[in-house]
Amino acid sequence: MRVVRPYGDTMDDGKVQLSFTLPVPDGAKGREAARKLVLSWGFKDCEVVHSNPLSAEYSMYVAYGKTEASIDYDSVVADEASADASMDMDAVNEYIRRHIGRKVVIVGACTGFDAHTVGIDAIMNMKGYNHHYGLERYPEMEAFNLGAQVPNERLIEFALKVKADAILISQVVTQKDTHVHNMTEFIELLEAKGLRDKFICVAGGPRIGNKLAVELGFDVGFGRGAYANDVATFIVKKLAERT
Amino acid sequence: MRSKLNLPADRVAYARALAERITAPVQDFIDGHSSVTVERATLRLAGADGATPDGVPVPNLVVDSIRAADPAALEDGATVRYVNALIKSGGAVRALNDRIAAGFDVMSLPLGDRAAIEAKAEELVAGTLARVKENRGFRERKLEQWKGRNNSPLLYLIVATGNIYEDVKQAAAAAEQGADVIAVIRTTAQSLLDYVPFGATTEGFGGTYATQENFRIMRAALDEVGERQRRYIRLTNYASGLCMPEIAAMGAVERLDMMLNDSMYGILFRDINMYRTFVDQKFSRMINAYAGVIINTGEDNYLTTSDAFEKAYTVLASQFLNERFGFQAGLEARFQGLGHAFEMDPTIKNGFLYELSQAQMAREIFPEHPLKYMPPTKFMSGDIFKGVAMNTLFNFVSKATDQGIHLLGMLTEAIHTPFMMDRFLAVDNARYVMNSMDGFYDDIEFKADGIVVSRAHQVLKETIEFMEHVEKVGMFDSIEQGLFAEVKRPKDGGKGFEGLVRKGPAYYNPFESGLKRELGLAR
Repeated sequence: MRVVRPYGDTMDDGKVQLSFTLPVPDGAKGREAARKLVLSWGFKDCEVVHSNPLSAEYSMYVAYGKTEASIDYDSVVADEASADASMDMDAVNEYIRRHIGRKVVIVGACTGFDAHTVGIDAIMNMKGYNHHYGLERYPEMEAFNLGAQVPNERLIEFALKVKADAILISQVVTQKDTHVHNMTEFIELLEAKGLRDKFICVAGGPRIGNKLAVELGFDVGFGRGAYANDVATFIVKKLAERT
Repeated sequence: MRSKLNLPADRVAYARALAERITAPVQDFIDGHSSVTVERATLRLAGADGATPDGVPVPNLVVDSIRAADPAALEDGATVRYVNALIKSGGAVRALNDRIAAGFDVMSLPLGDRAAIEAKAEELVAGTLARVKENRGFRERKLEQWKGRNNSPLLYLIVATGNIYEDVKQAAAAAEQGADVIAVIRTTAQSLLDYVPFGATTEGFGGTYATQENFRIMRAALDEVGERQRRYIRLTNYASGLCMPEIAAMGAVERLDMMLNDSMYGILFRDINMYRTFVDQKFSRMINAYAGVIINTGEDNYLTTSDAFEKAYTVLASQFLNERFGFQAGLEARFQGLGHAFEMDPTIKNGFLYELSQAQMAREIFPEHPLKYMPPTKFMSGDIFKGVAMNTLFNFVSKATDQGIHLLGMLTEAIHTPFMMDRFLAVDNARYVMNSMDGFYDDIEFKADGIVVSRAHQVLKETIEFMEHVEKVGMFDSIEQGLFAEVKRPKDGGKGFEGLVRKGPAYYNPFESGLKRELGLAR
């Protein structure tokens, strides 16, 4: 058992910084409302250090609170597919040569109406992102990036055509849960066609965690901070398990 | 303007000549073609409006019924049929629209007297052009009345709630905080709809539908804030996607002030057919030119797709091409908000100097253009504190190089649609930076052989090499081979290809000819 609290400048001081907007005019009453609100969240102490009008009817606050709440760090289990043990690009290719013995085919797209290709591009494009090369650069992989706004149907057809081992779906827009509907539709389509077991299904996006992806029927989900080699490591290990 | 980069004027002129040669064959193609949305835009300018209870817009009903009756009939243009029906149904546009929405088919009537049709059409053209001209006059009077009260560069903020009535609140707050330009970002995938939805809308994904009624609602709201603030607040929307010219037409009528409007964006980043896009952008730009609308081009997208340092030349090349396409549509330099962006990897040593160089280069090569400068997005992360630092440098570069339109970066760019306070913090940051370095642009010069100057010369050189290659390959083939933005687009592929229309010998479009006449484009 290891109990931890937020650390400001002293162990266990429990200091937390907060900022938020209230739909009230700026002023002494607004600041007092902000302070009481922070206390109502369980903070033992609160100082509103700054307030500012955003318009006649809205104001923003910066506040510091002190919490006594703590967590037993040893009891915590992480949700995300752990990137800690990922292989780098060279190791992935070596792994493919040794354990799979043929090129791994990967198809990816940003599906549905989502037009944001940043995620799928970061994982797949040759250039990659933040000094992690994309899957297109992996010599032992054949990667097809179909881009944005690809219907689920077309993605599956294409994956069949090129005999894909894995399908990557990127979802950036999450307003009104469009990503959930879209990801669900994708898995349902695969299942209806009896194809679910044919592919390793990977979901990714800034608001997509492993837990959500697995719940929706994917093999894995990658959120913020995942790179091509994290995705590649998962796929090749899973593939090696299967063969 | 005094040059700080000492760029060779003859090389810049040569790049412009290359742009002219590259776009010439495209221009020939454009002149011989129309499209379903060009026809619908024309109908909208003539007064076609409204929709069926299922939401099918009247302009679509007219164009679709013409095509259904005879696949070749659209070669003559849609206007002749609409005006013919108008004359035969008593001359009231509103009544005709209602009839069409209720199921009346304009093709069910034989064509009447040609002279009468043309006379009526000219009357409609004159009425619409007068309205658009009055809008332009209103804007110019307000800008004159409140001269000096906008920020320089203009501070540009986006609202995107999906609900136009909620957008109005956010936009009013943003304007009160100091924004000069409000863009209502469109709902995801509207660019791929081959029609413009009708009426006020309260549901959207990641944005709000561009509809004429939504334009009207936001315009009225911003005019109200403007009167209070004694500052003209510009309204922006997106004349892009499959309905480029229709959005431009709606914007001209409802007095929008800026339009996102790129000659190639749809092809490269939305997979819209290249021929269709080139045809559509021309007509949309003619409308924008007449309406005095500042276009914003989309060069920032090249940098989010590819590496901003390595591919800097693609931005400059695209700016030259956008400029040329703009001139060909009668759009003066002062209405060309050519785009670029602060998107280099923040870990690059001297990255700031390269960004400064790129922005100063754009300023010097396009001196009269209100350059549209886009904030960092690609390397924004959940680290909002680092995000503030990056936005601060972006603000600095923008002011230091006298940019025209400054899209404010959000500290929560990579996380969610901005909170109200995020917008405030963005304006606050920009105003702090820009006020504290107000005289910097006039005061600063660059070392003759230093990093900033050398980099600009290098990018210009690479741009010219790239454009020479494009000229050799040809524009259409260059796009097909993936020379732009590293995406390959087949000539007959992409969305909207079937909506392309070859102009027949009897093609009639009094709005097109009217705009050409007004813009001095008649060839």
